[in-house]
Amino acid sequence: MDNHKENQITQLSRLLPGCRGLVRSSALQGSMRRRLQDLGLVEGTLVRCLHQGPGGNPMAYDIRGAVIALRKEDAQHILIEREGRLWQ
Amino acid sequence: MAIDAAVSAPVIALAGNPNVGKSTIFNCLTGMHQHTGNWPGKTVAGAEGRHYFGGREWRIVDLPGTYSISAHSAEEKIARDYLCFAKPSAVIVVCDATCLERNLNLVLQIREITPNIVVCVNLLDEAAKKQIILDLPELSRLLGLPVVGASARAGRGVKELMEQASALSGADAGTAVGTAAETAAAGAFAAGVTTDASAPARHCCRLTYPRPIEEAINSLLPFLEGLAPALPRRWLALQLLDKDGSFLESLARSAALDIGTMPELARQLDQLHNQLAQAGYHCCRLRDEITAAGVRQAEIIAAKVVRHIREDSHRRDRLIDNWLTGRFTGMPLMLALLALVFWITIVGANYPSAALSNLFFALESSLARLLSAAPPWLSSLLIEGVYRTLTWVVSVMLPPMAIFFPLFTLLEDAGYLPRVAFNLDHYFQKCGACGKQALTMCMGFGCNAAGVTGCRIIDSPRERLIAILTNSLVPCNGRFPTLIAIITMFFTVQFSMSAGGSLSLTLLLTAFILLGILMTFLSSAFLSNTLLKGIPSSFALELPPYRRPQFRQVVVRSVFDRTLFVLGRAILAAAPAGFIIWFLANINTGGQTLLAHFTGFLDPAGRLLGLDGVILMAFILGFPANEIVVPLIIMMYGAGASLAEADSLLTLKTLLLDNGWTWVTALCTMVFCLFHFPCATTFLTIKKETQSWRWALLAFFLPTAIGIGFCLLINGFAHLIL
Repeated sequence: MDNHKENQITQLSRLLPGCRGLVRSSALQGSMRRRLQDLGLVEGTLVRCLHQGPGGNPMAYDIRGAVIALRKEDAQHILIEREGRLWQ
Repeated sequence: MAIDAAVSAPVIALAGNPNVGKSTIFNCLTGMHQHTGNWPGKTVAGAEGRHYFGGREWRIVDLPGTYSISAHSAEEKIARDYLCFAKPSAVIVVCDATCLERNLNLVLQIREITPNIVVCVNLLDEAAKKQIILDLPELSRLLGLPVVGASARAGRGVKELMEQASALSGADAGTAVGTAAETAAAGAFAAGVTTDASAPARHCCRLTYPRPIEEAINSLLPFLEGLAPALPRRWLALQLLDKDGSFLESLARSAALDIGTMPELARQLDQLHNQLAQAGYHCCRLRDEITAAGVRQAEIIAAKVVRHIREDSHRRDRLIDNWLTGRFTGMPLMLALLALVFWITIVGANYPSAALSNLFFALESSLARLLSAAPPWLSSLLIEGVYRTLTWVVSVMLPPMAIFFPLFTLLEDAGYLPRVAFNLDHYFQKCGACGKQALTMCMGFGCNAAGVTGCRIIDSPRERLIAILTNSLVPCNGRFPTLIAIITMFFTVQFSMSAGGSLSLTLLLTAFILLGILMTFLSSAFLSNTLLKGIPSSFALELPPYRRPQFRQVVVRSVFDRTLFVLGRAILAAAPAGFIIWFLANINTGGQTLLAHFTGFLDPAGRLLGLDGVILMAFILGFPANEIVVPLIIMMYGAGASLAEADSLLTLKTLLLDNGWTWVTALCTMVFCLFHFPCATTFLTIKKETQSWRWALLAFFLPTAIGIGFCLLINGFAHLIL
């Protein structure tokens, strides 16, 4: 909260429904990393959080026009830059 | 899957992302009835059929849907190996017009392997509804490939697709392209064909990578001279640099190219890897860049081709999702939907069921008259042994199945099943399983064997095994009618089908199904804490757009393909079982019939479970098909005594009460029907899918143990309080 710069970059799992962010990096490993890349989740992709599932997990994201459900446990490994602060 | 392209007729392969309509196109072309449904991963193994076009025969191969050909999962490996090594004459890459950008990535990847591609932009009707406009001629120009627009569900564009594919295969190319040009002139944005693929354009848009990678590819090319001539060398070089283990294996097996035996190539590869690592492209980043190249190019092409008239084209889908998968509304709506389906099934099945049993009863007397000339033992065998079993199966089983299955298929067709997986994933995750297990569980409602095969969509072997072993814990279509019949007889307020009666029936049935689902969760948790220990793997599930179900096709197909199939199997199993029981009941040894010997032997065990010897015997004889358990019970009780009219539920209840049934017997029979060993077909499918008798036996004993446990508890408790 105190550091403005750090605040811009956050985990994908922290993106609230209705908000968007640009993918900066992914710390996922192995086949999950590649699977998400095949779904179009590469650096620079604009992702929108759509809604939470029952129980708060998984979350649904709009990735390049398709709706993809990801668990928080996976989404927290993807770092994004929140939209709206991109131009500050 | 063994699809071999080296047989006479030229092969056209259908590739594409999951759930873009490949199977619909396949069915359109081959006249076959591959099961289609609106969820990714439905076609888990390839299918093959034949199609006549342009005066010759074509073999059409439906590949499993994949997001890429880099082979992270079994389906992707099948698709990649087929495209690389089976060399189809043409590949039709099917794309979803409402989500073109993501689909183009796969087109670009496949284009690196083979130039013989027709791009089919399917679901144009859906795109039009969402006001998404596509410039197909521009797409064709940018890709350097022929593009055909289609709405395969309405049959539009399929013929043009074949024209293009056959033209690529070199057969009657002239005429096909001619027709294509005419169609293209007719309407650029409608289902038409676009062939702006001029020859020079083919090279201009191949995927390019950052300079160090391009340099590495170029310096590797001379070493690949003459190796695996069927594969483009540039692509081969990239795969070798990528060190894709599964590809190297396939390469060694299918193209007899083993890198391990080529020291010179291996040395060059090592050197290039070192150089790349020094330039910052270590193994992981190299892969990232290779994948990103396709994604970025797809983005560029889509930006030029796709125009959204409305800002939020998918607004309707998002609205529905907010309710059906919402944090607070998702679960209640799911339960309500489940209960609604059961209610329609129960109420709807009541009338045809009564009509059928009246019809069969009337027919029985004419049949008896017809057989009056035959010896009494024969007419007794045919009427009491076979006819009554069969008619019971038909009149009690057919109506609920013929209503439940189409309803279920409508939900599937509309795209609801992935939402169920989404809603339940959290709970499956807590049990150490995968959310996709919800999909296979739902398939189990139709048929457990199909559910077990469907488990291939689960990538993690551990989670797949859990899904397979627990699949029989939800009742299949063949067990529903038994549950409905017993609830109707013993647990509804009034026997007649009043509003209150059907409502309490629905609630009880729903409660029973929920018990099955609960046990699925508990057994999954049990397995992942004992035999199949491990942490849940990662999970990415696509929620496809909702689509208006095709009512007519769904009803026709699910009645003819599924219901009649299940019924046919029941009849096939019921007739011989009827024979066996009739003989057992009519052979006397030691003053007792053989049947009495057997059931007497099973009786103590049965009594302990709140059942009796006859019921247990019926479950054992019902191993080939669960549908015949109740008819077998009727036959065994009825054997010897004369049974007037076994097909109406009222007389059936009287018969059961005469044989000592109480509500405890009924409850235990229902519980045992829900939890007992899978039917023979499912059992053999489990053996096939797990490649192991041990797992198959576990799948046999796990639900049986649960059933025995519940029955002992219920029976013991009933004895205490009664």
